[in-house]
Amino acid sequence: MAETKTAAYICAGCGIGDKIDVGQLEKIAQKEGKMQVVKRHDFLCNEEGVQLIRNDIANEGVTHVVVAACSRRSKTEAFDFPSIAMARANLREGVIWVVAEGSAHDEVRQEMANDYVRMGCAELKKMKLPEGNPDKAENRRILVVGGGMAGMTAALEAAETGYAVVLLEKQSKLGGWAAQLWKRVPFKEPYAAPQDTGVAELIAKVSKHPRISVHLNSTIAETSGAPGRFNVKIAQESGAVSEELVGAIIQASGFTSYDITKLPELGGGLPNVIDQAGLEALAISANGAPIKRADGKEVKSVTFIQCAGQRDESGTHLPYCSGHCCATSIKQAMYFKDANPDIETVVMYTDLRVPGMGEDFYRSAQEKGVVFTKGKASKVETTGSGSKVSFRDLILDEDTSIDADLVVLATGQVPNSGVNIDLPDDDPVKTQQVSILNLNYRQGKDLPQLKQGLTDSHFICFPYETRRTGIYAAGPVRRPMDLLQATEDATGAALKAIQAVENADAGRAAHPRVGDLSYPMVRLEGCTQCKRCTVECPFGAIDEDERRFPVFNESRCRRCGTCMGACPVRVISFENYSVDTVGMQIKAVDMPDEFSERPRILILACENDAYPALDMAGLARHVYSAFVRAIPVRCLGSVNAIWITDALNSGYDGVMMMGCKHGENYQCHFVKGSELANYRMSKIDDTLKQLGLEKERVASYEVAITDSARVAALINDYVAKIVEIGMSPMKGFA
Amino acid sequence: MSESNQLNTLNQQAVARYQNNFLKEVEDHVEEGQWVKMCMQCGVCAGSCPFGAHWEHSPQKLFMMIRAGKREEVLSTDSMWLCTSCYNCVVRCPRKLPITHIMHGLATYARRLGLVPKGQPTEEFATLFWNNLAKTGRINELKLTLGHYFKDGLISGIKTALGMQSIGIKMVLAKRLNPMEIFGGHGIKDLKGFQAIIAKAREIEDKKHGAAH
Repeated sequence: MAETKTAAYICAGCGIGDKIDVGQLEKIAQKEGKMQVVKRHDFLCNEEGVQLIRNDIANEGVTHVVVAACSRRSKTEAFDFPSIAMARANLREGVIWVVAEGSAHDEVRQEMANDYVRMGCAELKKMKLPEGNPDKAENRRILVVGGGMAGMTAALEAAETGYAVVLLEKQSKLGGWAAQLWKRVPFKEPYAAPQDTGVAELIAKVSKHPRISVHLNSTIAETSGAPGRFNVKIAQESGAVSEELVGAIIQASGFTSYDITKLPELGGGLPNVIDQAGLEALAISANGAPIKRADGKEVKSVTFIQCAGQRDESGTHLPYCSGHCCATSIKQAMYFKDANPDIETVVMYTDLRVPGMGEDFYRSAQEKGVVFTKGKASKVETTGSGSKVSFRDLILDEDTSIDADLVVLATGQVPNSGVNIDLPDDDPVKTQQVSILNLNYRQGKDLPQLKQGLTDSHFICFPYETRRTGIYAAGPVRRPMDLLQATEDATGAALKAIQAVENADAGRAAHPRVGDLSYPMVRLEGCTQCKRCTVECPFGAIDEDERRFPVFNESRCRRCGTCMGACPVRVISFENYSVDTVGMQIKAVDMPDEFSERPRILILACENDAYPALDMAGLARHVYSAFVRAIPVRCLGSVNAIWITDALNSGYDGVMMMGCKHGENYQCHFVKGSELANYRMSKIDDTLKQLGLEKERVASYEVAITDSARVAALINDYVAKIVEIGMSPMKGFA
Repeated sequence: MSESNQLNTLNQQAVARYQNNFLKEVEDHVEEGQWVKMCMQCGVCAGSCPFGAHWEHSPQKLFMMIRAGKREEVLSTDSMWLCTSCYNCVVRCPRKLPITHIMHGLATYARRLGLVPKGQPTEEFATLFWNNLAKTGRINELKLTLGHYFKDGLISGIKTALGMQSIGIKMVLAKRLNPMEIFGGHGIKDLKGFQAIIAKAREIEDKKHGAAH
């Protein structure tokens, strides 16, 4: 590697030069920061300024650059030098925009700017230019697990984009649930009547596509590897096992209908009480003629009971809404009404939910004479040749009943998620579960579940993303949905899979640090085999070898640094983000003595939400104390306890940790990072006690990206509290 | 056949013909009744009605009762007779149901079948008003007012009339009320033509819904 040459470029634009003595910054960069080249410019992000840096890189052999200007989140197009390592000192959003106006604050403002330059230089010296993941793998084939609507759509979309696809189906034919429908809920204009499913055409397209190879009667015996190099053993019903190498996997394993016999109070198990799938079967066998019951009697009256075993608050049945069932019952009621308007069709609901264009469909059913009764069924029993449905009429507020030849229960979707890896191994539920992917990952055989057995990592923020890089979930296995949503889901997941194979080939990270070339490096000779990294990695990227040393699968890694935060012996690091890059910044701050009345507060802010919130506080000119020094971290999960200890030892009066919301409805971009950080920090009290410090000196906050005003208030309140407690007695020892 | 017997027969015919399918009966015989099935039970009409608290059954409930086949209860309630035609519900209904018109339609249909609760004041006044109007083709205000005052007998009529005395005198002085109207008053120019129109309208109505009174 070429020789290192460091340089600092200090911008005086955007008012920095008016409020801060830039000359002082230059001196600090030179004398304290030991930068070999130090230059100032009045408008660094303009063409001339950027050219200045480019020239130095090209002609002067500069390899490491500190840009002391605006936030690292600003002007990223201008300050884009992919061939060198770069640190940014945030003088604009972090200093001049947030420190109170007026000459009374000149001194603290200058101190703050000086410190940020010191910190930038300190960080830079520990940084290396990331060279890209050596665990590159170029397999671009995509495996789709499940041959239903979502699986077939994903396969076709990926194949049409030019990628080879392996489509795997457990049954003897493609089609899944969609093939078992007589008609589907309308998905295009005029949203007034059931439409053809189009499944036969889709199956034909998929079956003869030159880039799709279909494996029927097949399951996965084992999945190993990482994005770009998954090795999948496919077991056929016959017992034969074949191996396929693929770059990414889409799991579209669908759902199972909630077992109707679990609902005896609603007649589950009685001969004339069926579920929605049962009615589809009757409609298919009628093939357009009047629909007959299993006993051959023509149906003259039918009652649909919505939310059967769903939205259950008692904890016995499904607690959630499956989303499609209202529209499905409306569609099925139309099977009857369209054939014979005299057939009595009643849809009994508590809340009718018809998302999308479903409202038109609902109106169309009302026009056709389908009766909608707002009521809650309590009992279904056989009477004479039909059934009696006892229910509470929720509008008329009375108990009443209705007779019907046939009762249809709208039961919900239960995701086919495989094994719930979070259950203990001896849990009776877990031992019954059959794995879908059979991953040989250290953390378990299947994808982690979010809630209610649904395979997802965040319903709103990261659709299709699972917590296993390169493996994406699509369709009702991810969340309950209808055919149209499953189709859209599949298309999205196909694009994600394509991104995954392309990133794996380029040695780059996938979501959310897309394109990041750094990757975790471990110094195994220092490792104590404690297993914390392998257990805590939110993405199951780290396996263990036979001696219980961690085996990093870099392509599975999302670069959050949770392993780095977990490691008690600090042997895990990234080229441009390590215990040292942050540790040296912490130590670089000039620490005023105990009697200065100028406390120093360290802020460790998550770069995804908290740091942008701090930037936006600046943008909105929310004034906060000049006693804080903020360092962005990839995730609070990457915060190593040594940073806190170091900070307290070197005389900081307080540490504020700012991360994303964790737990239920979490917002952490790395799913478990902030939760783990919170857990680790709950143990920091011992450290504080050892040091003889008050427990208020370390505080954790949940900060959302929208919290720009709140974050300034949090800082000011915390500084006031520290001033009240008094200065740290640790100053001057480090 | 007396009028009440006649009504009773009509009612029984309707019951028999629709075999408990009251929704269908409403669609066929109540003005704008075909809209009832489109109600989505949001309750905005019930919440918007300024007289809502006084209704036994809100429009929302009436629609649900019609679907539930509660024929007797719907047609014999006096709820829809309380509608003041403010049109709040019509303006607010997200499904654009002409609720005010349906209420009047239900009231009219109930009256046609003779199911209105006895002594329902709105119905009584409406009958008085109609009879007054149909006679001369225009309203005789003095007779209408007096007829209203004395509907419950002589004593209460005199009491009410005395109570309204000062207003009546002021109206006479302001030439808003002519005491001579008590002797029959004046009619419209073409009374015969007017009565022919009314007769024709009734003929059409009866043909559609069966002869009432």
